[in-house]
Amino acid sequence: MDMEQQLNINGHAGAAVSNTEAIIEVKNLQKGFDKVPVLRDLSLQLFENENLVVLGKSGSGKSVLIKCMVRLLIADSGSIHIFGKNVQEMNERELAEVRVKIGFLFQSGALYDSMTIKENLEFPLIRIKKHLSRKEIDEKIEEALHNVGLSDTINKMPSQLSGGMRKRASLARTIVVDPMIMLYDEPTTGLDPVTSDEISILINNVKKTYNTSSIIITHDIECARATGDRVIMLDKGEVYMEGSIEEFEQSTDALIQSFFKIRQPSSTKAQTHHG
Amino acid sequence: MKAIRPVLKRIPKLPSVKTQAIKISDNAIKKTQLTTRFFREIGEFYLFGWLTFRATFSRSFEFKEFLRQCFQVGNKTLPLISLTGLVIGLVLTIQSRPILADFGATSMLPGMVAVSIIREMGPVVTALICCGKIGSGMGAELGSMKVSEQIDAMEVSSTNPMRYLVVPRVLAATLMIPVLVLYADALGILGSWVGANIKGDVTFALFFTQAFRSIGFSDFLPAVIKTFFFGAAIGFVGCYKGFTAGRGTESVGKAANQSVVLASVFVILIDLIAVQITDMLY
Repeated sequence: MDMEQQLNINGHAGAAVSNTEAIIEVKNLQKGFDKVPVLRDLSLQLFENENLVVLGKSGSGKSVLIKCMVRLLIADSGSIHIFGKNVQEMNERELAEVRVKIGFLFQSGALYDSMTIKENLEFPLIRIKKHLSRKEIDEKIEEALHNVGLSDTINKMPSQLSGGMRKRASLARTIVVDPMIMLYDEPTTGLDPVTSDEISILINNVKKTYNTSSIIITHDIECARATGDRVIMLDKGEVYMEGSIEEFEQSTDALIQSFFKIRQPSSTKAQTHHG
Repeated sequence: MKAIRPVLKRIPKLPSVKTQAIKISDNAIKKTQLTTRFFREIGEFYLFGWLTFRATFSRSFEFKEFLRQCFQVGNKTLPLISLTGLVIGLVLTIQSRPILADFGATSMLPGMVAVSIIREMGPVVTALICCGKIGSGMGAELGSMKVSEQIDAMEVSSTNPMRYLVVPRVLAATLMIPVLVLYADALGILGSWVGANIKGDVTFALFFTQAFRSIGFSDFLPAVIKTFFFGAAIGFVGCYKGFTAGRGTESVGKAANQSVVLASVFVILIDLIAVQITDMLY
């Protein structure tokens, strides 16, 4: 193991760390359930217009981390600053203002069962962008669905869609309100490799089209390869290694190897396309 | 010595002090956990109540969702309530008629049945049916929304789920259950007239005149007031159980089941309190 790798493991050197100010800064975050610690003293940063992939085994605290970021879970200690404000100390109004700027793609998609796809997209839009006219709302919905390739499903119910389509519809619901930050909770879980690749392409497209910064929680190496500008690996609630995808692939550390050597690297990074 | 051995074998061995101590401490831990869970549940219940109350009087009211819920609660329970109301009146009349006939008081039948339906049978039976139909429905619906992260999705899109999901449901149940009770009461009296005509011959006009002559303001008003509390309890318990459902799919069934049980208990307790208050006032 060379010097740079030594630095990256259990450290925060990071090959692709930008010099710009962090838009999300997590410091010494701790969270446990029933006295069992899940996150232990975790610190990370997300910079503008980057895709940060958070890798880790199941139970390493990846989903807990992003749920703490939007205060769906309240951290035991530490701080999470988003746009310079500590999420832990915000009142309800401030929290709502920050949540408007964050898009959260849930692992299950979390589409509202009782509503059509159009109503699903309309739901956050009419509550967040209250100034929009009926025509503008319809246009934005059509645009979002077009961007995820689901224009023809506008009047369908979520139960009529396949798993991959539901994920894409959920992504459309998230991007329709023009978020500045995207949090993806295992976006490719439960999908076949082809659909997983499509989702990875969409993640890259969202970054390009909507100029978002994203945290992608995954244990899918292909998705990490396709989307990640920078990668952080969690183990036992701590940052185990931070660096570029190439650094991870070249690492001789046993844990990293066990993660990366299972699947052979794909020859090309997922190609981006529009529409 | 050989003779004593079989006798000694039959004497059960006393558990060691260590085993006994472990058993006692295990029991103590279990009971402490149960007590803690009970008090935590009470705390959560009050907190949920406070949040619902606060959300009810907040600025933006989800009127469209409220109307949708009124339709769900009212319209979808109507056939069941119609049948139940009619049968209550019919059965009460058929059961009471022979006893009243023994005392030569058959003419009191319409009044007696009307008072019992309006004061007690109509409200309580309708409320208990609504516990099963509406309470379980709300528990299961919100429980499944919780399990599939739909409530979390609502929350992160800056929509207060209490305001959108809980308040319209609780208000719809509070307003629609009294309407359903009045409807069930009317059908109960109609059923009673049908019952009276099985073994007798009484005109519709005479039956209703006799029935309503026996009903006073003191019968009607407390019975109607308590139905608002029944409705609020059913809506609130259904939403609370759905909202606090666990993470697995099993918890959806549990939430629905617990909604019915707890709402039924609340209905009976509210009825007991209402009867005591009515008794003191009139």
